Amino acid sequence: MNAILKILPVALLLSVQVFASDSTRVKKRTVKEENGGITLPKGFKAVVVADNLGTVRHIVAQSNGDIYAKLDRVKNGKGILRLRDTNKDGVADEIIGWGDYSGTGITIKNGYLYASSNTDVYRYKLDEKGNVIDTGKAENIITALINRRTHNTKSIVLDNDGNIYVNIGAPSNACQLTDRTIGSPSSDPCPLLDSTGGIWQFKADQLKQSYHNGIKYATGIRNVVGLDWNQTTNQLYAMQHGRDMLNTLFPDMYNEDQSAELPAEEFLRISKGDNYGWPYCYYDQFQSKKILAPEYGGDGKKQGRCEGVNTPIYAFPGHWAPNALLFYTGNQFPEKYKNGAFIAFHGSWNRAPRPQTGYFVVFLPMKNGMPDGQYEIFADGFAGEKIDPKNARFRPCGLAQGPDGSLYISDDKKGRIWKVTYGNK
Amino acid sequence: MKKVFVAAVTGIGLVVLMAAQTKPTQTKPGQTKPVPNNAGNKQTGISKKSLADGKKVYDTYCLACHQADGGGVPRLNPPLQKTEYVLGDKKRLITIVLNGMTEEVEIDGELYENNMSAHNFLSDQQVADVLTYVRNSFTNKASAVTPAEVKAVRSKLK
Repeated sequence: MNAILKILPVALLLSVQVFASDSTRVKKRTVKEENGGITLPKGFKAVVVADNLGTVRHIVAQSNGDIYAKLDRVKNGKGILRLRDTNKDGVADEIIGWGDYSGTGITIKNGYLYASSNTDVYRYKLDEKGNVIDTGKAENIITALINRRTHNTKSIVLDNDGNIYVNIGAPSNACQLTDRTIGSPSSDPCPLLDSTGGIWQFKADQLKQSYHNGIKYATGIRNVVGLDWNQTTNQLYAMQHGRDMLNTLFPDMYNEDQSAELPAEEFLRISKGDNYGWPYCYYDQFQSKKILAPEYGGDGKKQGRCEGVNTPIYAFPGHWAPNALLFYTGNQFPEKYKNGAFIAFHGSWNRAPRPQTGYFVVFLPMKNGMPDGQYEIFADGFAGEKIDPKNARFRPCGLAQGPDGSLYISDDKKGRIWKVTYGNK
Repeated sequence: MKKVFVAAVTGIGLVVLMAAQTKPTQTKPGQTKPVPNNAGNKQTGISKKSLADGKKVYDTYCLACHQADGGGVPRLNPPLQKTEYVLGDKKRLITIVLNGMTEEVEIDGELYENNMSAHNFLSDQQVADVLTYVRNSFTNKASAVTPAEVKAVRSKLK
């Protein structure tokens, strides 16, 4: 039985009242701020679908227009929310929740809703109208994946052949014996790569799978939060969060400016068996190559064993924290957006003492599955006046494409979701 | 073999923008609990040198994670603003600096996931200075931490 998610009218600009007669219907007044407080390119506009939902991580849109959101922290006993806009004004007027587990990943494929905790993946069967048939009946398809706090979120995506891909982040910055500690050596080989630091492939329809029947699909990837399946190339793509603390750990080798920009946040086009080199290598976007990490004898220039390691198809500046990747396949936006990549950057912290940045959604034009030009900032203004992780007003974390080609953006700071449309849509 | 880097405390030219930094305030020595903002303004107990030296240590070893304003990073690095960890038991606070912290910590309903490394390479004086600085910055106001207190905690950790 679905229970109502109680939404408190915390924001001054939003007033939410719950109808006593129907526990799942909310009457709302839309947020009055222009575009819900964000800025967009000319011709685009945004409405706030819902606000103050909690720590909304990834989101997905159903073919009927419903939005499903995964919460990083269970709120009022609910970790999954379904938002429904019955009168088609863009604003959710029905919100229900269930799923008593925290997590990040959520996606829909072939009649099932998939959601992840920080150790497990569950799925729920949908009926022909796109409703979850029984929210109390979660099929536990993957279990007991490693969760050692750091990089513990499990993002998920499916291919067209019945497989699901799960990132298992390395619980470490650079595989040091003692994490993030000056002078602590890094193991060689890094033992964490056995069970973390990569993307694993499982069957989408088998219960209780774990490491013994999963396939390590790609390795040497420190942590991924944003990933998507590209329908043009029928391939997995992901955004890696690059390592931290080059200056803090190696002040003689990297100054604060270099440490703020390096290493790149890598956009990966992944084939089975790929190795992207973590923790031995990182990508330097100025030298356009994989560089040997200082823990493994690097000096900021040497390539050594990193020669021949798989490289990204595009490199973004360091520490921006890409938390969502979405290939746009809709018809609503102008032609240049078709099959291009939207990437939601959560925003940096490890650029300090340099100014923080990255609290925005970028667009990268793509052609035949490869970048076709340079990125541009698509949606901005999320942080507000103070651009740092503590004071940022919103932090972009999830992306979804609606059936009408609208783009949805989620924030995990307060839990706002925007619907971005083009033209008169 | 792996390189072991000895931290150079001096000679690191840090140019830190501390414009948003709250001006450190003074408290009386020996206080173990935070005091209200309108009390303890006498120039006793906390030396300017200790605060200045503490800021140098902070900027070198702490700022990258805990940020210039002590605000930390939600989900990752704990804040140092008005938290019980900073203002409360000094022994626990000293232990965190010396040993680091790898267990889950919840502050005001937020969980923090990143590991903090041990900073036992800092001298008793440096740990005392940086904690005195932290306890009197970022809107915090609490008693100084002395090198003797750090030494006492350190001797029991081995």
